Amino acid sequence: MKFQDEFRDRKLVEIMGDNIRRMARQLRRPVNFMEVCGTHTMSIYQYGIRSLLPDNVHLVSGPGCPVCVTPVGYVDNALSCAVEPGNIVATFGDMLRVPGSSSSLMEQRALGADVRIVYSPLDAVALAAGNPSRRVIFLGVGFETTAPAVAASILEAARQGLDNYFVLSSHKTMPKPMEILTADPELNLAGYLCPAHVSTVIGGKAYSELAQRFHIPCVVTGFEPADVMQGIEMLLGQVLKAESRVEIQYCRAVTWDGNPKAQAILERVFSPGDAEWRGLGVLPDSGLNIREGLSMFDAAKVLDLPEVAGIEHTACRCGEVLRGKLAPFDCQLFGTACTPEEPVGSCMVSSEGTCAAAYKYGR
Amino acid sequence: MCLGVPMKILSRDGDNIVAEVDGVQKEASLMLLGEDVAVGDYVIVHAGFAISRLDEAYAEETIRLMKEVFAPEDMQ
Ligand code: SF4
Repeated sequence: MKFQDEFRDRKLVEIMGDNIRRMARQLRRPVNFMEVCGTHTMSIYQYGIRSLLPDNVHLVSGPGCPVCVTPVGYVDNALSCAVEPGNIVATFGDMLRVPGSSSSLMEQRALGADVRIVYSPLDAVALAAGNPSRRVIFLGVGFETTAPAVAASILEAARQGLDNYFVLSSHKTMPKPMEILTADPELNLAGYLCPAHVSTVIGGKAYSELAQRFHIPCVVTGFEPADVMQGIEMLLGQVLKAESRVEIQYCRAVTWDGNPKAQAILERVFSPGDAEWRGLGVLPDSGLNIREGLSMFDAAKVLDLPEVAGIEHTACRCGEVLRGKLAPFDCQLFGTACTPEEPVGSCMVSSEGTCAAAYKYGR
Repeated sequence: MCLGVPMKILSRDGDNIVAEVDGVQKEASLMLLGEDVAVGDYVIVHAGFAISRLDEAYAEETIRLMKEVFAPEDMQ
């Protein structure tokens, strides 16, 4: 297909690597670029992008996998919904294996809890409509890519007048954690490969404050290997010219203003608020809360959720992996106690997780 | 789960489309898409919703720019 084959052309990607090496010779010191999107992480491992880069250009993975940044306490809340008789928990598939304090949705499902995997949040609304005597709780996790779809499901449930559809919302929004990581002297980031599909919604403009205030180059980059290589080239170009701007490499899908209709639906359903990120803690203005007027769909408000423990496995180092401080291979559980089949931490669960990508594709 | 897939629109009925990638067909909603799209256009589908149109002209332009970085000797 037009949008894939050419962007996966090995020869093109290798030549781009040569160009990057030429550019990197002019660097006065090594640079660290962070990719903030799980799909980039996957692509970088899958296509062996690191092996095409010179020694002085490092790629660091950031907190870009929604399942990975979801705190254990949220999983515990989801588990308490699942074990309540009569409830149906509807979720995207990769939440199933995420370990809570003492169990996972997968385990609870095996023990009889009604946990259903859905492809679209609208499927969860249909479940609610088809099971009027039961409560359907949809697990709303994800960034601005996913949050509009969940918002649309709430509006659809409202339109249908459903009173048994609830969303347990733990949506996160993007530029904030990037500010925090930029300010971290240990990471010493020189540029961002900004997320591709998040940016289809929020637009390139969402990063302009970050680029200006923190003097850090930002390039909204696509997922194919040639996209990633070009994103790195563009970042290097800015570094060499001592610039810090937002550029859009992925211009076939992302505009400066983003998707106004999706933004309007987000705005109608959610208001910005603090959110807890695994590995980063509570960050102000980095999450989305369901608005007051729609709180009848807010599982956290309507359902009587018990206090949860939110205990992480002591040896899991997901927090450091998510902050770009530790490579998965350096976690002592990697590939031994922790594998995609039996994950200990969230980074090993979703295929976009850094540990899962590293496990599947190796260095 | 964050995966968005570029798909080609096969048919459209109001806000609902059927789109295809690699021979797999899926239904998706246009509820979140501001731009008007037609059968034959490409869109990025995520969690059952089209969230962005893929601009073929820009795709070609991007490939052209990528190939421009080829040094003359590389192009042979
Ligand atoms: S390898 Fe497993 S235990 Fe170690 S940081 Fe990754 S997810 Fe956590």
